[in-house]
Amino acid sequence: MRPVSYSRVADVGTAIGTVTADPESTFLAGGTTQIDLLRIYVEQPARLVDINDLPLNGIEELPDGGLRLGGLARMSDVAAHPAVRERYPVVSEALLLGASPQLRNMATVAGNLMQRVRCSYFRDTEAPCNKRAPGTGCGALDGVNRGHAVLGTSDRCIATHPSDLAVALVALDAVVRTEGPAGPRSIPIDDFFLLPDRTPEREHPLTHGELVTSIDLPALPVAARSRYVKIRDRESYEFALVAVAAAMSVVAGRIAEIRLALGGVATKPWRARAAEQVLDGAPATADSYRRAAEVELEPAVSHGMNEFKIELARRTIVRALTELAEREAAA
Amino acid sequence: MKSYQATRTAPAPDSAVVRGPGEVEVRLRVNGEVRRMFVEPRVSLLDALRDRLDLHGTKKGCNQGACGACTVWVDRRRVLACLTLAISCENREVTTIEGLSEGDTLHPMQQAFLDADAFQCGYCTPGQIMSAVALLDEGHAGDDDEIREWMSGNLCRCAAYPHIRSAIRRVRDEQEAGRAAR
Amino acid sequence: MSPAIGATLNRVDGRFKVRGESRYSAEVPVTNLTHAVLVNAKIANGRITDIDTSEAERAEGVLAVLTHRNLGRVATVPRLLPSLAGLAAPGQTFFPLQDENVHYAGQPIAVVVADTIERADHAGTLIRVAYEPAPATTLLDQGRDRAYVPERIFGGLLPGQASRGDVEKALAEADVRVEASYRFAPNHHNPIEPGASTAVWEDADRLTIYDSTQGPSAVQFTVAELLGLPPISIRVVSHAVGGSFGSKAMVWHHPALAALAARHVGRPVRLVLTREQMFTSCGHREEQEQRITIGARADGRITALRHHKISLTSPFDDWAEPSLQSASVAYTSPNYEGVYHLVRGNTITPTFMRAPGEASGMFALECAMDELAERIGVDPLDLRMRNYSETDPESDHPWSSSGLRECYERAAELFGWHERDPRPRSRREGQWLIGTGLASALYPVTQPVNPQRARARIYNDGTAVVEAGVSEFGTGVFTAMTQVAADALGLPVERVRFVGGSSDLPNITAAVGSAGTSAVGSAVHLAACQLRDELIRRAVADDHSPLRGADPARVEVRDGKMVLCDRPDVGETYADLLHRTMTPDVEVLGTWNPPPQDAGYGVHTFGAQMAEVAVDADLGVVRVRRMVGVFAPGRVLNRKTAHSQLMGGMLWGLGQALMEATRMDPRLGRWANASLADYLVPVNADAPDVVVDTVEVRDDVVNPIGIKGVGEIGVVGAAAAIANAVHHATGRRQYELPITLEKLL
Ligand SMILES: Cc1cc2nc3c(=O)[nH]c(=O)nc-3n(C[C@H](O)[C@H](O)[C@H](O)COP(=O)(O)OP(=O)(O)OC[C@H]3O[C@@H](n4cnc5c(N)ncnc54)[C@H](O)[C@@H]3O)c2cc1C
Ligand code: SF4
Ligand code: FES
Ligand code: FES
Repeated sequence: MRPVSYSRVADVGTAIGTVTADPESTFLAGGTTQIDLLRIYVEQPARLVDINDLPLNGIEELPDGGLRLGGLARMSDVAAHPAVRERYPVVSEALLLGASPQLRNMATVAGNLMQRVRCSYFRDTEAPCNKRAPGTGCGALDGVNRGHAVLGTSDRCIATHPSDLAVALVALDAVVRTEGPAGPRSIPIDDFFLLPDRTPEREHPLTHGELVTSIDLPALPVAARSRYVKIRDRESYEFALVAVAAAMSVVAGRIAEIRLALGGVATKPWRARAAEQVLDGAPATADSYRRAAEVELEPAVSHGMNEFKIELARRTIVRALTELAEREAAA
Repeated sequence: MKSYQATRTAPAPDSAVVRGPGEVEVRLRVNGEVRRMFVEPRVSLLDALRDRLDLHGTKKGCNQGACGACTVWVDRRRVLACLTLAISCENREVTTIEGLSEGDTLHPMQQAFLDADAFQCGYCTPGQIMSAVALLDEGHAGDDDEIREWMSGNLCRCAAYPHIRSAIRRVRDEQEAGRAAR
Repeated sequence: MSPAIGATLNRVDGRFKVRGESRYSAEVPVTNLTHAVLVNAKIANGRITDIDTSEAERAEGVLAVLTHRNLGRVATVPRLLPSLAGLAAPGQTFFPLQDENVHYAGQPIAVVVADTIERADHAGTLIRVAYEPAPATTLLDQGRDRAYVPERIFGGLLPGQASRGDVEKALAEADVRVEASYRFAPNHHNPIEPGASTAVWEDADRLTIYDSTQGPSAVQFTVAELLGLPPISIRVVSHAVGGSFGSKAMVWHHPALAALAARHVGRPVRLVLTREQMFTSCGHREEQEQRITIGARADGRITALRHHKISLTSPFDDWAEPSLQSASVAYTSPNYEGVYHLVRGNTITPTFMRAPGEASGMFALECAMDELAERIGVDPLDLRMRNYSETDPESDHPWSSSGLRECYERAAELFGWHERDPRPRSRREGQWLIGTGLASALYPVTQPVNPQRARARIYNDGTAVVEAGVSEFGTGVFTAMTQVAADALGLPVERVRFVGGSSDLPNITAAVGSAGTSAVGSAVHLAACQLRDELIRRAVADDHSPLRGADPARVEVRDGKMVLCDRPDVGETYADLLHRTMTPDVEVLGTWNPPPQDAGYGVHTFGAQMAEVAVDADLGVVRVRRMVGVFAPGRVLNRKTAHSQLMGGMLWGLGQALMEATRMDPRLGRWANASLADYLVPVNADAPDVVVDTVEVRDDVVNPIGIKGVGEIGVVGAAAAIANAVHHATGRRQYELPITLEKLL
């Protein structure tokens, strides 16, 4: 790790001011991404601004019936929170299926959205990677890309967005609230993640020094009937090969409301809008699910080793929806 | 040999105190004792414990958050010392395997690991035990499936997993029996 | 006093381990310590045209930067020789930093020494290297046309090919033929403790290395040869080793580099490999493909076995893990042909990895056997029994002991094998297809080539210390040795201490090939017996002893007291004798001369593996639900630790079957997943409960205490049982490891 200096801040204004003033500085939250990437020289800030003392770790009710997750709330605390578990089980499940208990005790939800890709070329400073070193090429395109994306890719970058939480949030239309040098903003979660397109180095619309203060979950009754399905090679402590976040309500055998997002297969947490369109109002049957899955994966592009993800994603969608419907029928 | 300057950019008015990048004094409260050391801010809690404080019971298996060998408690929550900076733990209570038991008596979890042969080489063991004790405190040892999942942040290459589970079950049952008796 | 051997004693070093008190080699306190890091080549082939270390040298805290330009030449580069020989045991016939050539990615090209680990590490990144790359071979498929049949493999221990009978003819005449190819991804050991060496020069010709190794003496001899020093100049200490699985069986470059760096800076140096370096610094299980053809009669009796392997080796050595050996003697097969083919590639020399060869070779054989059973419509267990050989098919000698039948019987009973419906896809529970499978386990009983020694000393208070230079890396050897010595001396285990882990102690070859416990155990047993006999001899010769004049053969020891066999009230304790004769202690050296490899017996360990899997019918996810393994490892010294090792081995088989694969990017010539987040090993949630049992077979041939080893047999056959269970569940055969879910979609 290169030498770094360290500051600890106690209020939001100082946090933003300090990082804004120093282009070589960055926020340090749980550190589970930041310290890791510093140690392998993928990120090389000269100064860490520790924001763990900021009063941003609460979980609060919003007047409209939504829920506000403080940016510094820990993954484990959010996952265990009764309101999250009851009203947004998909969020709790996505969190609990991510990382490990120790990491979840450290990691913040804002940091989780900000984590960087797990592409091994990105993590190897001697390898070509457009995201880490723009213009050097994409090592994964013709390389070891079993874990890479099949949706939202470009010829510049095919790295999968690694967050599980973000997939659940995208399904629910959460809002990311920030504060920065230019004041506060609210960013719909879907706009928070950028496609790689021609600038894979740009992942978020945030400016330097802009702080994620909270994530707002909207009041959304259907979210109580939601779940997160994560498929991977080992049973725990691994990123997703394919993940599905789904919320659905069925009335008289027909899908009354549907929210669907995919993880592990796309360069950003992937809201499956095409599938939602197919499903909206359709009979709650395996046929509909399959048809929706086909439509959603229609634009998928494989890069060799990750070919299987296309079919796996389809089947996982069917699985998630089938189980949700069964659960609802049982309830 | 060059020395690192304290800081390059002039601090903005609302900017915080800058420490490092050279060595600075860091005070840690470890196992109930205040320990002082001079370290650079980049020094991890893991290296501070192992190399500076000779608390080598906390192990380094990957230095990347991928094995759990470095599990310690910060403010009684289990975390990974390799991805934690020592300097960020000032004002927090750090507990390591050395602080788990007092004197010659083993902590019940240590005894259970010993009796269940829940380790072979022993290298992952301090991390497993720190996790296991925390797991019971968290209430995540309800059944075997729960133990499995909530102990999956600690790799054991010797694969003592089934025995680790039985050690945890035993302590859980003893605790429950103890509570019931009271 | 009941015998200690066979008891389920807690580990004698367990208390220290659960308290985090054991000191592993990077944890030994050393004053004035400095830290070294290795800098590794990023290309797989070519040469260094320039290496600029100036910035690194100027960096804060840096004491030295060593490259091929200033390290100096090593005295000799010893040839690869498996550590079983008990001599120098370098992992490959190559030593880095001797010239500008790069032969594989990850080859060390510089060593940086600084006052802290952070500073050494950072300075390493400040070194600028310019390369002239050359084309490299890093995948088997890139070099198939250049394959050759080596004269000998495995460090010269085994021939490159072997045959008996006429395999072509027998295959042509067979009623049934099963032919299949199996591919194996490369695997890495990944013990949780990385390799680590701390080198301390006490003076110009006295060096101590604290090293994480399976064989302290092997390190001593290897470093001595490299540095051109006599062995008396080097002491190697290994107090506790955090797992090895073969990665620390041979001696790699880091102990010698630490020693050279320490000499250069004039201060002690600690060198710890990073996790990433563990993928390029201590060997691996090589990428390989095996082609197997079984010819059989209609009743399943095997008449011919042809087994070929092709694998990738290094530029320096003809290394192939011996995948064909155990498979060649597992069953009757009068006609046999086994051939190794090698392709030279740009890699470090592959090495032993837990059950080296057997894990892959028996996978191929046991999957093919399953196919044969299906083809001729017999139960897979029945097929094994029909082909069970009472003698070693290779030599036709009787087995020194076997137990395979008993293992199968017991395993079938524990598992409930006979309730099985043999039809594939016959069991379903919701989304899960359930299947069961079995496989035989075989592992050779390897014997050290040279005498094995241990020292036993008793003090006049009746406590005894027994010493040998073996290291403890999780096998429980210190515990088992305490038990062996206690029984031989007639002492309770609390009064015996076993000390190991140093090259100063009587020489024991590295604990490899599951032979560690038998080698040291035999020496310890002999030393302790000799010591006991010596004390009895002194007692019967002593006029003041109640045993005076007795026939030594009629004296036995119980609880530290020498007594007449038929009059247990007549006798005295060791302590009484030693006090009276004013003797502070008595010490003997025990030497065990291992039997020659060809002693007129086939020597193998046998076992039976069974597994039940659930395969998600849609998603291809495989979960192992339960495993049963029954083994016949001769005498079991400590049920607890032995069963733990067998269980660990079986779960290794699970990892091999389902997830372990190192993936090469051939364009970069580097591993693409060299981390514990990307090279997947099983976690707690993957590990089902495992039923382990042992069938005791008496073996008077292998060694005086009749043990055959438990370290590796547990791995053998486990992956095949799982693959066969996957077939039973899904109807799909698996020809490639690991069986990741895309293969089942
Ligand atoms: C081995 C391993 C396995 C993992 N597995 C999973 C998994 O399965 N699923 C999953 O979802 N995640 C997984 N993770 C990732 C983990 O969840 C993230 O690293 C973590 O959530 C990041 O949060 P943090 O608080 O530690 O962020 P930090 O590391 O502190 O920060 C990450 C980045 O976000 C910035 N940042 C932090 N907070 C803010 C803020 N409030 N405003 C603006 N910027 C901010 C930092 O400057 C930094 O650039 C895994 C991580 C590891 C190491
Ligand atoms: S996929 Fe993206 S992150 Fe990976 S190498 Fe290509 S550009 Fe870099
Ligand atoms: S050393 Fe911290 S998780 Fe491996
Ligand atoms: S006991 Fe060896 S790694 Fe767990």
